[in-house]
Amino acid sequence: MHIVVCIKQVPDSAQIRVHPVTNTIMRQGVPAIVNPYDLFSLEEALRLKDKFGGRVTVLCMGPPQAEEALRKCISFGADDAVLVTDRAFAGADTLATSYALAAGVRQIASEQAVDIVFTGKQTIDGDTAQVGPGIAKRMGLQLLTYVSRIIETDLENRTITVERRAEGGVQVLKTALPCLITMLENTNEMRFAALPAMIHAAAYPVRKWNKEQAGIEDFGKIGLKGSPTVVSKVFGPTPRTEKVEMLELETSTLRDVSLNLIQKIFTRHPTLEADLLTKEMT
Amino acid sequence: MSQAPAAAPTARPTAGRGRNLELSEELKAYKGVWVFIEHDRGHVHSVSWELVGEARKLADQLGCPVSAILLGGEDEGLEKFAAEAFTFGADKAYLMKDPVLKGYRNEPFTKGMTDLVNKYKPEILLLGATSQGRDLAGSVATTLLTGLTADCTELRIDPVSKALAATRPTFGGSLYCTIMTLAYRPQMATVRPRVMEMPRADASRTGEITYDALGMVETQIVTKLLDFIADANSNKINLPYADIIVSGGKGLKTPENFKLVFELARVLGAEVGATRPCVQAGWVEADRQVGQTGKTVRPKLYIAAGISGAVQHRVGCEASDVIVAINTDINAPIFEFAHYGIVGNAMQVLPALTQGFAAHLALRTRQAA
Repeated sequence: MHIVVCIKQVPDSAQIRVHPVTNTIMRQGVPAIVNPYDLFSLEEALRLKDKFGGRVTVLCMGPPQAEEALRKCISFGADDAVLVTDRAFAGADTLATSYALAAGVRQIASEQAVDIVFTGKQTIDGDTAQVGPGIAKRMGLQLLTYVSRIIETDLENRTITVERRAEGGVQVLKTALPCLITMLENTNEMRFAALPAMIHAAAYPVRKWNKEQAGIEDFGKIGLKGSPTVVSKVFGPTPRTEKVEMLELETSTLRDVSLNLIQKIFTRHPTLEADLLTKEMT
Repeated sequence: MSQAPAAAPTARPTAGRGRNLELSEELKAYKGVWVFIEHDRGHVHSVSWELVGEARKLADQLGCPVSAILLGGEDEGLEKFAAEAFTFGADKAYLMKDPVLKGYRNEPFTKGMTDLVNKYKPEILLLGATSQGRDLAGSVATTLLTGLTADCTELRIDPVSKALAATRPTFGGSLYCTIMTLAYRPQMATVRPRVMEMPRADASRTGEITYDALGMVETQIVTKLLDFIADANSNKINLPYADIIVSGGKGLKTPENFKLVFELARVLGAEVGATRPCVQAGWVEADRQVGQTGKTVRPKLYIAAGISGAVQHRVGCEASDVIVAINTDINAPIFEFAHYGIVGNAMQVLPALTQGFAAHLALRTRQAA
């Protein structure tokens, strides 16, 4: 079984600060990590490999330093890593990104046929959840997003059965391989990288492909040129004009502060109290 | 590893060598605002009505109609949903009924949607940013080779270009950016539930229904829907539509202390929310996460206990009518957007509030009796 996992290197958004004056992202000192959602997909791929044998290849589109993210995946147990990296990819929106990644997957598949492509549910910097579906459509693959569990993989009949999170319930879907899967968060826990694996990963020769090597056929479909969306404005959140009203604990008891707050809430929002009372009565 | 796609990407006039930002003559013919109406087991997802309300505002500025798009099985009551869409502001409805459209599946829905777009050429196409809407939007946009903006918080018509200006949070909510699709049509966007206001229904409004056929049979569809396991009512968490939410953060320190959040919520008949670290620590279910990577909420009352109020959390809850913050750190960012603040230990304040609310409500109930 050959699985390709598409990952992205992202800034750790929990540590990002915005410059208060210029409203620009202050990236300095912000660590770059593997998009956390991608790790749920990588772990699932590794579990399939544990069960059925075969190999896991990780693929990333990004600047040269994204090599580190791929190395991290090698330390977790991925067998091979490919970075498609070219200045021509810069400025890509999700449509252009899906084109480049689909080309990369095809190139990998030309070396060894691919059974499943995994991507993260979404990234923590863009949050769009569009690249996975995009790659699937580019490649004509069946798409299974928000998968919470792989129920059965039948390699003989080339089918896979999964549970997929939907609004108000779970869909049980069965499809044919090859397909593209995005795993839901908290579906599994990423394994630890053992020390020998980390040493192996540090020395691993990550393959780097430029746009030609990645098998890109139409240079008009990558990077800014291939991106239908145009960012017209970037700005910070609007500061609220209304000031917070602080209730002092030091000058009165906890009970008084609570009752005072409850009064204030219901005075400000009378329907809230009315709703609650109706609920109480019925 | 390729296999024939059911809905192949359609050929588009290429944008030329440079970055083309001008709309071609052919694409200028695209008119109207469309809303994909998401429904399942007899119910329309409220986000679809929120979007019809938003579509109405956009269409009024453009001077064009609003259309509701309904795909589903023969017995799924699509006409009834269309009539409801009219009351919320739609002028037309495009219906596609087919047994293979019963229950969402990416392949037939993508084909149905792209066929309708190619036939009727809408200028703007809006979908809910739900698990279904996001799955479909990404597939349809790639098939049509057009721009798609995810999780928008504001939709406007740019006065100069008349293009859709879609604003969305980026970098985990620390910044906002406005995105436009200038040279491609339709312009697609998804919006999360509860980000837009629910429109008022006008029972006198009606509209025109158009029927189209999908032209697909079950044997052509690779993915089979074997079962749908509905969430048990007992553990159904519906944060986006809750009137009152009591949320807890890492300031509560232990899962045992987090129970204080549940106790206050019980007295108020409220939903329980949480920050991402609490979910990651396994204190509560992922469905309870409020914020950029969780749910967007707009309750009447939002009580945040032990939550510092990072931007990622802020974007998920700042539309609440009243925000009450309890935090030991007076400099916590939550006090920048809360309406009422108590600097104190949530482990002490929460029980006091629980008692206070219980006593107040009991008193009022007695007075009313």
